[in-house]
Amino acid sequence: MADGGNGLQKLSVLNPVGYEPKITPKPMARRLESLDGKTIFLVDPRFDDSGLFLRQVQDWFSEHMPSVKTKLVEMSSVYTKDDPKTWEMIKTNGDGAIIGVGH
Amino acid sequence: MHAIALDSKYGVPTVAIHTNVFEKAVQSVTRMHGMPEARYTFVPQPVMGKTAEQLRAYVEGKSPISGRPVMQEVIEGLTRPAEGDRLRAAQFKRSTPRLLDSDTDENLHRLFLENNWTDKLPIVLPTEKKVAEMLAHTSRKPDEIAGHLRSNQFRQHWEFTVEKVAVNAVMAGARPEYFPVILALASSGVSARGSTTSSMAAMVVVNGPIRTEIGMNSGIGAMAPYNHANATIGRAYGLLSQNLQGGSIPGDSYMGSQGNGYAYGSVTFAENEERSPWTPFHVQHGFKPSDSTVSIFTGCRSTAFTLGVREKYWREHVRNMLRGMDAHSAPTFLLDPIAARQYIDRGGFDTKEKLIQWVYENALMPAGEYWDYQLIQNYIYPRATFGEEPYASKLKAAPDEMVKMFKPDEIHVVVVGGETNGYWRIMGCNYQKTVSVDAWR
Repeated sequence: MADGGNGLQKLSVLNPVGYEPKITPKPMARRLESLDGKTIFLVDPRFDDSGLFLRQVQDWFSEHMPSVKTKLVEMSSVYTKDDPKTWEMIKTNGDGAIIGVGH
Repeated sequence: MHAIALDSKYGVPTVAIHTNVFEKAVQSVTRMHGMPEARYTFVPQPVMGKTAEQLRAYVEGKSPISGRPVMQEVIEGLTRPAEGDRLRAAQFKRSTPRLLDSDTDENLHRLFLENNWTDKLPIVLPTEKKVAEMLAHTSRKPDEIAGHLRSNQFRQHWEFTVEKVAVNAVMAGARPEYFPVILALASSGVSARGSTTSSMAAMVVVNGPIRTEIGMNSGIGAMAPYNHANATIGRAYGLLSQNLQGGSIPGDSYMGSQGNGYAYGSVTFAENEERSPWTPFHVQHGFKPSDSTVSIFTGCRSTAFTLGVREKYWREHVRNMLRGMDAHSAPTFLLDPIAARQYIDRGGFDTKEKLIQWVYENALMPAGEYWDYQLIQNYIYPRATFGEEPYASKLKAAPDEMVKMFKPDEIHVVVVGGETNGYWRIMGCNYQKTVSVDAWR
């Protein structure tokens, strides 16, 4: 402790905050030059009517960008679980993905 | 989170669409996962319950965050090359200094409040002397890693030492002799400040000799603010959770839509082992009666209560209470010793397990109603459709067929109360784990 000189004692206290994990940068996939003729997967995480929303996204592509093929898929289980089988399937059969509505 | 994995690990250009209330949370999660350039856009909250026309308007509309067309951001997200600037900005390494800059009592209190390090109630400043006194009540070294916490499964764990737990215990006003209980809670890996839109809180049940050693209350008013150990251990659990996991800030690292008043003290109490007619909770979970433990439950959003277990219609009364619970959070019966003994008299439940079995068989709901609950749709239905039991079998039931709401291993019984009357309640919560306190003495 030290006196600030104005009658107000200064205190030394400890920081209550934990240790942040070191951030490891992740690479991003190369973006597509164009969506023409590409297959885009619309991934439904099955949360709060997200599938209904993605059907509207699918309709939008049909009307405005008919050269884009869209495929609507549901995640295999609840959105809180990783889904490597679905991700592998999209990697094999698709060019890009839209996931929504995220939480 | 899934978009980050699909993009970075599988090499698939991906765009995530979120609702606007998650703006800060999305920024925080993408940064912490090392992809600050992750592509996303926003539509208005909520999506749930909207018509096809309303959802179409979202798709054709503008992002409420950027003001730009949603589909334009989607298409750009799939096609615009990465810039790298924000990524480089994220590659800093931070370490938390042990001491804060010295300042006056008033200024430090303001600093803690403004930095969201408190529960908005006054705290005890963690001076080196007070923290040392706290540390004297454990054999563990101050720099030993005590555990890891995170606010939900989409965020990364933060790490902390025994000393960091002591700092938060001091802030909560806990006495040093409570410290092993607080360390056990901190080591559990279960956060009392989980970030879920459903506004969770934790519940803590203490068993074994430590209850009497530190003067915890299991009797009159045990779950209310009338006992120093109950109150400050529960408060410390909340403060250490938020500060050691990287925060709990509304709109950023806390998304509970309504919040939860139970979070102030994490419903912390001792089981009334002396007046209970049954086996203590920790013994049910593999510990000896002489062991001291903390058991943690999460959820604590829904409760039902009543007085007594009536001779004629007790079964109907209990079924009504169960039917009114949130079907996704399992029931934990919190019984005053009078009510516990009445359950033995009425139903012959001479063990907790027998009562649990009865609850399992009598918590019923028509299948159609059960599957239509939004929480069941979000969290159970997807598991059922991919064959996970018992949900897959339940999915085959006709809409008017009665199905069981819960699994037997999700149902629990704890005895608490001071026998001023036979009141009891059901807490909707999920048992997480029981942790040894003795390991942290």
